[in-house]
Parts: sequence; structure tokens; C-alpha cells
Amino acid sequence: MFYEKDISGCGLSGFIDKSKKRVSGEEIIKSIALQHDRGNGLGGGFAAYGIYPEFKDYYAFHIMYDNMNALATTEELLHKDLLVKHYEKIPVRRTLKIPTHPILRRYFVKAKPSEEEYELLDIESLDEDDFIVRLVMRINSEVKGAFVFSSGKNMGAFKGVGFPEDVADFFKLDEYHGYIWTAHNRFPTNTPGWWGGAHPFTLLDWSIVHNGEVSSYGINKRYLEMFGYKCTLFTDTEVVTYILDLLIRKHKLSKELACKVLSSAFWKDIDNMDDIDQKVNTALRMVYGSALLNGPFAILFAYKNGLIGLNDRVKLRPLIVGYKGDRVYMSSEESAIRIIEPDLDTVFAPKAGEPVIVEFEAEA
Amino acid sequence: MLYKSFVDSFSDYIIDRNEDKCILCRICERQCSYEAHGFDKKNSVMTKQDHKCICCRRCEAMCPTGAISIRENPSQFKRNSNWTASHRKNIYKQAETGGILLVGMGNPTGKQPTYFDRMLLDASQVTNPSIDPLREPMELRTYLGRKPDRLEFEEKDGRVSLKTKLTPQLKLEYPIMFSAMSYGAINYNVHVGMARASQKMGIYYNTGEGGLHKSLYPYGANTIVQVASGRFGVNAEYLNVAGGIEIKIGQGAKPGIGGHLPGEKVNEEVSRTRMIPAGTDALSPAPHHDIYSIEDLRQLIYALKEATDYKNPVSVKIAAVHNSAAIASGIVRAGADILTLDGYRGGTGAAPLVTRNNVGIPIELALASVDQRLRDEGIRNHVSIVVGGGIRSSADVVKAIALGADAVYIGTATLVSVGCTLCRMCFTGKCPWGIATNDQSLSKRINPDIAEEKLSNLIRGWGLEIKEIIGGMGLNALESMRGSRHRLRGVGLSESELDILGIAPAGK
Repeated sequence: MFYEKDISGCGLSGFIDKSKKRVSGEEIIKSIALQHDRGNGLGGGFAAYGIYPEFKDYYAFHIMYDNMNALATTEELLHKDLLVKHYEKIPVRRTLKIPTHPILRRYFVKAKPSEEEYELLDIESLDEDDFIVRLVMRINSEVKGAFVFSSGKNMGAFKGVGFPEDVADFFKLDEYHGYIWTAHNRFPTNTPGWWGGAHPFTLLDWSIVHNGEVSSYGINKRYLEMFGYKCTLFTDTEVVTYILDLLIRKHKLSKELACKVLSSAFWKDIDNMDDIDQKVNTALRMVYGSALLNGPFAILFAYKNGLIGLNDRVKLRPLIVGYKGDRVYMSSEESAIRIIEPDLDTVFAPKAGEPVIVEFEAEA
Repeated sequence: MLYKSFVDSFSDYIIDRNEDKCILCRICERQCSYEAHGFDKKNSVMTKQDHKCICCRRCEAMCPTGAISIRENPSQFKRNSNWTASHRKNIYKQAETGGILLVGMGNPTGKQPTYFDRMLLDASQVTNPSIDPLREPMELRTYLGRKPDRLEFEEKDGRVSLKTKLTPQLKLEYPIMFSAMSYGAINYNVHVGMARASQKMGIYYNTGEGGLHKSLYPYGANTIVQVASGRFGVNAEYLNVAGGIEIKIGQGAKPGIGGHLPGEKVNEEVSRTRMIPAGTDALSPAPHHDIYSIEDLRQLIYALKEATDYKNPVSVKIAAVHNSAAIASGIVRAGADILTLDGYRGGTGAAPLVTRNNVGIPIELALASVDQRLRDEGIRNHVSIVVGGGIRSSADVVKAIALGADAVYIGTATLVSVGCTLCRMCFTGKCPWGIATNDQSLSKRINPDIAEEKLSNLIRGWGLEIKEIIGGMGLNALESMRGSRHRLRGVGLSESELDILGIAPAGK
């Protein structure tokens, strides 16, 4: 029940190409590298969407292991519960900046519940996604030294201890091509220097990069526990990922409403809304008050269909959005957008608690 | 042996009257409802009977020249840590009367730990900014009632509206309510003060089990009416005029027994409101005679909902006892919208000393275990938890909320704000401060207008303090504090106590 608080300041950057044109990781690396001073070299990471077209129907598990024992135990679990289409070492480039790293593997899988498990799933009316979520939770909480840091389809998280540009170099991100990219530069003040603690945090195809501190962590965590989520990472960003999973995937709330839970309207404003909006917002606060994300934050939340930028309800952390053609950029600093797209159509700072939601124009 | 009564033989307090300052105005004599002060006409001097003094300090406050001070009698029984003076006094008294010893207010002995005092709160430094309530919105609004696990919405003509139909809720602008103190136990003027202050501050007061005086019906929207085992004053109009209904199963000061209102306090108005004959003792049965099991409770909950057309949330109030967590779970599943827990240190107008001092558990532990149990069962959202019995300050309120309470009830604090000095003699009906009495002239010592103002001030003041504290933690809405136990740390607690409270020790 006790955890080391992930006290961190950070920089973040991300963009989406609404026409699903895939671009190499070079741009996002340039953007986050410009925000070098927002981190302290103890954590950098990226999420990329559209990078595994050849395995797009398979969950891509990125797993880090502390030792071969953990690997063996985990793989036993994977082979038992999953159909493993393909697996390999995550390709890395030896660099002086990243002197040491965990064992890194990726697996492209489908759920293969045993008969017994299938019956249990059926009893609880759960689907394949739920099965995958449970397996991820199980590995992360039960297998010592193993950590699933990415589990979505046609997307992947890449993260580690180091400055983000060095982490990118290490993971060869310049060789990947995606239509959504997000990046994070971390400034933790009490990190144990653990690779799993870097952002993004992911679950299925949700990925979060977060600049902030969740002052409401205590109740957010206890609320999530009621719905079977186990917060294992001893950091607070994890709860953001799980809250979104609960609200959007399980409770079927729209993205807009989910953002209104994380960053809810003030009562003084709700009192002045018309009857319909007043009812909506009052009910959200009454029922989902424990999921309100209180404290300073700017987050970029990517998923298979889009990218969302959101600030806390009083905007205590920076977030800038820029538009150019099919591209929408979101970043902690305008300069980090301008360095990759100097000629923006529009640029603005979203208001406190008002999400910027960008989805692909038409589902291919 | 003693040939006169114990209380006539020894004085606990000494009335010091400074003769140089005394102007013989006899105000003290008129103010003392216990006749401790007197006047010797022949010699034209004030007299006093120390043994009658209950240390309410009314005379001291009213003396125009500051001539009076009350002090504890330094002459005490020979010291004995096992056979304390109070044990001996109680035996003397009981040997005289052969009855049960009655007491008023909460247990004053302080022999059990007050866990609120062993818990400290967090604050933000550097990495997350604290928020200044003078400059930023800071929200305390709270809704009490059953919540669904999830919400459903529908879209029509491009507008999203709420599809889920919510059950009735009580809307509170502050997470504090005036707790159940019946009309009869305290008088009409205090009730008027509570009713008006509740309306003014956007909170609720609880009628207690003595019914609701008809003249207070206009404040019904801010009133929770109680249905206790005596069913005093319960009728359809009473239930429907209220904002909420509370079934009183137990009370923290006296778990396992019913309410006691001595006949001395039952005057005409009390009699009419309670629907009982004037002058009779109003003794509520220990159990509800229609509730002998949890399924019976369910029937009463739904009977009350039916009677009010499902527009009022129904609370069930229990005393904090050993098995509260399991009982609470049953109550939630029986259909209660609000669960009220009343702790061991809670107050009362009259209770047997043996019960008050020995039965029940502290509210902090009961609250922590109930909240955790309901979470373990995944039903915490289905009910709001209100706690009472030991809330003395805004800090206690914040700590209770951090442990998992949705709101708190304050009883003793309510009375103190209108002048109660905790002399603990409520059951005599002679309250010199005009609170726990229905005596016509004593009651006038409470001016409802001033009571309303003082009660409102208390709520406002605590509200401001709560905002300072949660703002200091970097929060701007109370719901982020609720159940957030990691903002609490324990000092001087055993591992098992920390475990039950669900908090870490300070320094960790």
C-alpha cells in the first residue's frame, strides 16, 4: 500500500498525422531533444503508433527483464495463455550514453485462454482485451523482475533511463515509422533509476506521457482497486492510464466526458450551465469524483484512433498546440514544435481542463 | 458512614467570590439553576453552596464585576491510581440510590487514544504547487447518497445528456452537518438556530428522535428527520417535509440501548411534537421492535422510501462497534443510501455511565475498517459515509474525510458554539446555558437569531480552515481528499493500528 512518490517535472511533445501518413522517429526526437533541460537524464521515452503494420492484428508486448529467470517464468506464462506469432529481441544500438539496460524482448500475440480461463472470462462477460489486461497486471505484479511496458496493437512504447534523445538512439527510433508519436523527458527527484518508471505508461493501446504530480493519487488508486486495477509501479502516472482505461474502455464514456472526469468543471461554472450540461457535469462529479486528477498536469494521451492533450483544471503545467495541414502538434514548449514545423497555421495554449482531441479523419 | 447524600457531603468545585468586587446585584443567584448561589437578606450578603456547583461557569460569565471564579476543589480523596476518585464517588452514589448512574455528553476520561490526535496531514512543497484558497477556487461541495458504479449518456441532436437516472442526493456546501439532537433533549430555540443556519449555509441538521416542531417545516429541505425505535413524532407529513430520513439503530455514546428523555423535559410542546403525554419519560426501546434482522431493516428502509415516493435518501445510523464493517456491508446491501457511523466518544443528553464509558469503539478505527471493507466488496460507491462522535475541529473533519468519510456530523461542537461549556449535566433539564432544557425561562437564554449566527460562523470558519488545509496539499476539490489516506501519517501508533487505519507512520 505504500509507494515512493514519483515527484517529477518534465517535458513532453507529440504529434499526429490525421491522414495516417507515417513518418520516421527523427522529428519527435528533434522536438524532445530541444527540451533537454526539462529533464535530468533519469528517464526518457516514446510511444509510436502505426509502427507494426505487418503484425497489426496482434498485441505487441514489449517486456523488460531484470534477469533470465524472470524471462523464463514470463515466457512460460505467455506461451500458456497466448498465441505467440513472433518474438524477438528489441533491436538496440550500443551507445556510450546508455551504458546498461535490462533484457528487452517483444512478442506479437493473441489471447489463447485455457478452457478453464475461457470459462472464467465467460462467467464475468469479459473480452479479449480484458484477458490481456489481466495478464499484463499479473505479470507486472507477480513476476519479480519482469515488466510489460507496452501491450497494444500496432503501437509500441520505448523507454529507459537516460535523456530521451539517447534513449531514442538506443532503441533506433529513427528506423521506425508511425502516424502518432509522443515523447517524454523526465526530471524525477527520487527515482530509483528504474527503466519501468520512465514514461510513457501504457495499457493496451492507451499510452500516456505526463508532466505533473497527482496530488489525488491516494484516492485515485483506491478507487481503481475497486475495479480490479493493481497499481504496481509505485508512481502516480500509472493511475492516469488505468482511469482512462476504466472510463473509456470499460464504462464506455466518450473521450470528452472522460476528460471532464480527469479535469472536472468547477461548481461555479456548472451552476451557470443550462439544465442538460448541469446534469451531465454534476453527475460526473458525483459519481466519478474519486477519479478526478487533482494537482498540476499536462498529459498527452494517445490511442489507436487519435491523440488528446489535456491540462489540469487550473492549468498548472504548460501545454501548447499547433496545427499545420494534417499535422497537429502538442508540446510543453512552442519552440519544440517550431523546431520541426516553423510555419504553423495556428498555435494556441488550450485552456485549463479543456481537452484538445484529434482523431483520424476516416478509419482505414 | 455518610448520613447525608454524597453530593451534599463533598464539593468538586469551589465558588470564589471576591467580596471587594461583589456589588450584591444577585445576578449569580438568578443565573444559577442549581441554586449554588443565595442571598442572606438579614445580613445582606451573598451566600454559596459549593457542593451544588456543577462548574458550568454561567455565574462567572454573567457577573458584571468579574467577582466570581470557579475552581476545582483541591481537597480530593486520597490518591489511588487504581481506585480513582471517580470510582469511589460512583459507588457512594450508587449505594445511595440503587440505580443506574446517568451521565451527559461524551466520555470525558480520555483513557482511550484519540486517533485524530495521532495522525498528521501532508502539504505540498515545490514539486506540486500548493493552491491558495484566497486566489483560486476551492471546492467543498458534497453530495450524499447512493451512486451508481457507472454513468450512461445519450446523444440527441448533437447534445450529450445524462441517461442514467440518479437516486436522490443531499447537496451540502460544506461537509459538515449538525447531528441528531432531539427537540426535548435540547430546546426549541436551539433547533430554530440549527434549522436556519443549515438553510443559510447549505447544509443539513438532523432532528434526532424527538420529531419536528411544525413551525420548522419551512426548513424541511435542510432537515434530516430521524426514525428511531420509539418512533416519536413520526408521521407521513414529517417524513415528506424533510430532505432526508435517518433510521437510528444506535448511538455512539450508548450502543445497544435506546434514547432516554426524562419526563422533566417533556413539556406541552415537546409532548405535542413527540406525540406522547406531557411529563412522561420518553424511553426508546433498545431495538426497533420491527427490526430483528437485516432483512427487517430492508423492509423499513423501503417502507420509508415508499412513504416518501423515493424522493428522500434514507440513512441508517449505527454506533461504532466491534463488527461495524460487516454490519455496514449488510446495511448498504439492504438499500441504505447513507451510512452514519457514530463513534465511542460521541455525546448524549443522557446515558448510563457504564455504557458510555465502556461500550463501542473509536470512530477513526470504525470508519477506516468500514470504508476499506466496502471497497473490498466493490460497493463503496453505493453509499455515502457520514461519521460523528468525536469531531472537535476542522482538522478532525479533514482527517475523517481522508480516512474515507463523505461528511461529518457535529453534535457537541454545535452546542459549544452556542455556549455549552460541557458541564455534562444535560439529563437534569436544568441547563444554565439554556440549551439542554425546556424550562421556559432558561430556554430564553438562547436567542435563535444569535444561535443561527454562531452556528453559521462555526461552519464558515471550519470551511475556511478546510480550504486552507486541502489547498496546502495542492488540491482544489474535497473529493480528491476523500479516502486519500496517503495524505495522513501516524505518530505513536502500533503497527496493527496503522494497518487498520490504512496509513503509513510519519517519516515513511
